[in-house]
Amino acid sequence: MIRVDGRGDSKSLIQVRGLTKTYRRGGEEIHVLQRLNLDVDKGDFVAFMGPSGSGKTTLLNLLGGLDVPSAGGITVDGDEITHMSGSKLTHWRARHVGFIFQMYNLIPVLTAFQNVELPLLLTKLSSSERRHHVETALSVVGLRERMNHYPRQLSGGQEQRVTIARAIVSDPTFLLCDEPTGDLDRKSADEIMALIEELVGKHGKTVLMVTHDPMVAARAHTTLHLDKGVLVEASQLEQGVVAGGVA
Amino acid sequence: MAIPIVYNIRSVRARWTSTIVAVLGIAGTVGVFVAMLSLARGFQATLVSSGSPDNALIVRAGATSEMTSGVSLDAVKVIQDAPGIARGADGPLVTPEAVLMAPIPLVTTGTDANVELRGVSPNVLEIRKQVKIVQGRMFQAGLAELVVGKNANTTYSGLTLGNTITLGSVKWKVVGVFDAGGSSFDSEVWGDSRLLSEAYNRPATNFQSVTVHLTSPAALSQLKDSLTSDPRVNLDVTREIDYYAKQSTSMTTLITRLGGFVAMIMAIGAIFGALNTMYSAVADRGREIATMRALGFGGPSVVFSFLIEALLISFIGGALGCLSVLKLNGLTTSTINFQTFSNLAFAFKITPDLLIMGIGFALAMGVIGGIFPAIRAARLPVATALREL
Repeated sequence: MIRVDGRGDSKSLIQVRGLTKTYRRGGEEIHVLQRLNLDVDKGDFVAFMGPSGSGKTTLLNLLGGLDVPSAGGITVDGDEITHMSGSKLTHWRARHVGFIFQMYNLIPVLTAFQNVELPLLLTKLSSSERRHHVETALSVVGLRERMNHYPRQLSGGQEQRVTIARAIVSDPTFLLCDEPTGDLDRKSADEIMALIEELVGKHGKTVLMVTHDPMVAARAHTTLHLDKGVLVEASQLEQGVVAGGVA
Repeated sequence: MAIPIVYNIRSVRARWTSTIVAVLGIAGTVGVFVAMLSLARGFQATLVSSGSPDNALIVRAGATSEMTSGVSLDAVKVIQDAPGIARGADGPLVTPEAVLMAPIPLVTTGTDANVELRGVSPNVLEIRKQVKIVQGRMFQAGLAELVVGKNANTTYSGLTLGNTITLGSVKWKVVGVFDAGGSSFDSEVWGDSRLLSEAYNRPATNFQSVTVHLTSPAALSQLKDSLTSDPRVNLDVTREIDYYAKQSTSMTTLITRLGGFVAMIMAIGAIFGALNTMYSAVADRGREIATMRALGFGGPSVVFSFLIEALLISFIGGALGCLSVLKLNGLTTSTINFQTFSNLAFAFKITPDLLIMGIGFALAMGVIGGIFPAIRAARLPVATALREL
């Protein structure tokens, strides 16, 4: 169950407590996230919405260990990640996080197979084991036949499928999706969302997704809005009540 | 496991226009580096191959070269009786030699160059066994005849077989051409020692050096002990190969230092080229690098990957530079030998170890040109770079 009041139990897969991120631009302090709380259980599918600059991507970067908070803590599957060293955090990302980016972020000089294989190069799997995993991941996204194609030889939707295959190939603890359909037409976006739903429903993946698109957000179990640096459930937003008691 | 090397190979290929600047810069530098060293190597090889470990060269004590030496006929007689010297059918294998200079026009420019004239004994071919007559015959003692080295034969006017040339006060006939195996003797003209000295109004009883053939290489110390302890003479005895190696030192040092200096200046330019290429590679691929970092590749992996890329570029440049100068191998050129002030023909000598040094030099440029961009790549702020277009 997803909670934003900081009262989730300690068994939650992801626990965020008092997460604060402040940037300094010129002499001015910009408070992007302010004492934000979040609990996400295994198998949850949550969408984050909010206007540009509301801190959605900052939150995703913090959850993915790509950025460090100014204050507060994030615990994932029992690991407190906010105090990890840079190299430890790198290892942690490889083991626990699958990233799906808006612009796909595939390596253009590598084939679909080689792109998907990248996370597995950080494991101790043998070459044949890696091949088996990559082919399975590409089969899940329906692109096994195109594994020797380069990204430029694929459509946008297909590129995003490869990105998804790369995100799931190492069986990470959770997936972080940053506007996964933001660069796609409606039909491709629907296909990608169906695939993400399948990953949640059929494969039990935990997915946290940032999106601008209400139709995409509606596919998630829960939609949370970022408002003034804290997360608000849709119903609370309508009532003007903000989690943590700050309106 | 590190970032796969195929990523670097294909990235280099994809960015070939930028890569080519660095490749050509490094290729040019390595080409000059290898060419200069091969010049020094060729000069050294030419002089060193003039000497034999079985021969000893004897000069006046304290003389630094044949040109500053003088050995009297009396001293020659003492040398002939010394121990350790091999004997032939006509007696001890000893050649007292008079060394003179004669200006002879170069075939190419027509300008005079100093040619080393060496007055030798008729048995000199028994002593310098690497020297073979390849055209005509050996000169006859007492006759105004010359044999010329194969380089002298083609480099200077009038030294062709059968031609007559005036040297000093005498007209000489060229009766033979000899091949001295690429040594400095190939640039020399040999004739009867007494007649050559007389042609230049020099006493026929005075020589510049004496070369002897030893009974064995180990006999040198016996000969040396005998002559240096004999109160009748004041001589230095050196193994012939060591003498010529020493003669080559100053010129090879000069060429090597000059070549090294030029190569270093060029290397600075090439390193800036490599730096520019690699910095632009990092700038262009910020999102790719950030993606790798997000996937879990650590900073050291990124540094290593970009270093590999820099090394790949520099290796290609190095190999290209080596290939471009390979055709110089064996090409003959000439310079003044500062020890004798004579013109010495020698060939560029590109050896496998020089090519390895060239590649090593290129890789060193690659490391210097690649390390800073690689560190920058590893320090890119991942979250920001991920959203770069």
